[in-house]
Amino acid sequence: MIRHLISAADLTRDDALLILDTADELARVSDRPIKKLPTLRGRTVVNLFFEDSTRTRISFEAAAKRLSADVINFSAKGSSVAKGESLKDTALTLEAMGADAVVIRHSASGAPARLAGWVHGTVVNAGDGAHEHPTQALLDAFTIRRKFGRAAGPGPGRGGSVPGGTLDGLRVTIVGDVLHSRVARSNVELLHTLGAEVTLVAPPTLLPLAVGAWPATVSYDLDAALPKTDVVMMLRVQQERMNAAYFPSVREYSRRYGLDAARMAQLPEQAIVMHPGPMNRGVEIAAEVADSARSTIVEQVANGVSVRMAVLYLLLGGAEAQS
Amino acid sequence: MRAADPAGRGAAHPGAANTGATPGAASPSATPGAASPGAASPGAASPGAASPSAHPRAAGPVHPPAADRKVVLEAAEIRRALTRIAHEILERTDGAAGVVLLGIPTRGVPLAARLSERIEQVEGQAVPHGSLDVTMYRDDLRLRPARALGHTDVPATGIDGAEVVLVDDVLYSGRTVRAALDALNDLGRPRAVQLAVLIDRGHRELPIRADYVGKNLPTSTQEVVRVLLSEVDGEDAVILGRAAPAPPAGPASAGAGQ
Repeated sequence: MIRHLISAADLTRDDALLILDTADELARVSDRPIKKLPTLRGRTVVNLFFEDSTRTRISFEAAAKRLSADVINFSAKGSSVAKGESLKDTALTLEAMGADAVVIRHSASGAPARLAGWVHGTVVNAGDGAHEHPTQALLDAFTIRRKFGRAAGPGPGRGGSVPGGTLDGLRVTIVGDVLHSRVARSNVELLHTLGAEVTLVAPPTLLPLAVGAWPATVSYDLDAALPKTDVVMMLRVQQERMNAAYFPSVREYSRRYGLDAARMAQLPEQAIVMHPGPMNRGVEIAAEVADSARSTIVEQVANGVSVRMAVLYLLLGGAEAQS
Repeated sequence: MRAADPAGRGAAHPGAANTGATPGAASPSATPGAASPGAASPGAASPGAASPSAHPRAAGPVHPPAADRKVVLEAAEIRRALTRIAHEILERTDGAAGVVLLGIPTRGVPLAARLSERIEQVEGQAVPHGSLDVTMYRDDLRLRPARALGHTDVPATGIDGAEVVLVDDVLYSGRTVRAALDALNDLGRPRAVQLAVLIDRGHRELPIRADYVGKNLPTSTQEVVRVLLSEVDGEDAVILGRAAPAPPAGPASAGAGQ
């Protein structure tokens, strides 16, 4: 295993499958009367959040606590960062307090990679700018695998779920603001590693320049893509990162790239609808779609805890990596 | 990794068979073993069919140098030991009512299933069996890189108020059993916990004792005891070997001698 989790692209297929298999076992802990394992007793995990977050921070906190780690929550608001302390000084302060792992969210792409060079502990990227959000991709892959996972090699056709299966040949369509989305980038990398075929659908203005180099196909037409997809993943329109007019109006965006009930009806029978949250209901996803039986949005949150437990266990649970 | 393992073993079969065995015994295990990963059935059949003294060496996928391995229990002896343990469990638990057999992965799980089967043959009533992974409760986690988890599968009846019999292949330091007791504690409150092992090799480091023992095997700490079971390894045997100069790296082999 790698020592830090900075990018989904760092994960080999074996690493990714090991994390998903581990998460499968750890998901059962949530069904037990005592939802706790003693594995990380005496280890300290710092949640270092420079950006607002509800589910990711709570999810990491719950995951660390279920493994019996001590959790220190740090948010930029109300800390010395507000007084102008640099990332490096903050990191060294945390290190001096004995943090074994730092879970960092930062608005600047690359902040976790910098941090990994400064501290001795493990660094887990919980979202950096428009770069990556690897644990979100892992929990999405986990959710997809629970629905569609199939046995490796030639086996039964589509539809059946095989525990510990792969995503080979599964068609995933990611729709919306790819340009600002760290979720999209991590998902493309990870799903490609796991063998899925990824299609990106977005207005041309919301695609990154280098999208041609990504292991995915690009389309501008949602209606054409939907009938040929097993998983459709809607991305949030990130108003807070948009400082220019990327599309004429929210209404027009919603008409062309939003998922409403009529569009959902074009999906194949077994297809599922995902969203990393938080949702803009009525913009990229209609309320009736978000609340439909096909939506896995609540499941994704529950799976997030299991996947983050797996990541923390695999990065922190064993012997400390030397040299 | 696990998928690759039986395939590698299958490939090892024909070459190993050429070195020593009589042709009659070697050919049935060689061809199907190489053809498919499902080598369990031909491998299981061959030790029983062959004359016991010469052939287990031919099917030796784990410790190729034949001089280093000594078979201490043949398939038939394992079968008899398990049958005896099944009877002892029935005797000690008044017909095994309320008994749950929990195997510790990897090889405790098929042993628990076999014990359950034998108890059913004798008593006509099925005994629930499952598996209990203890990885997250081990005390040596920090000594090695994080390892893959085994499968925990507790029968639907649960363990509250049940008489749990933990089943493992080798009892050595007792640390695995200590971890298992902790793991059980988080799953419920059994009325009583007992321990069944196929091999007790001594050298306990904790005050733990087995209730049912297939065979007491005095060993030195320099030796390695490996239990091979047809469900996992394609053959039934217990092998005593010398410790390898470098400790085995694979997660499948890591837990075996402990």
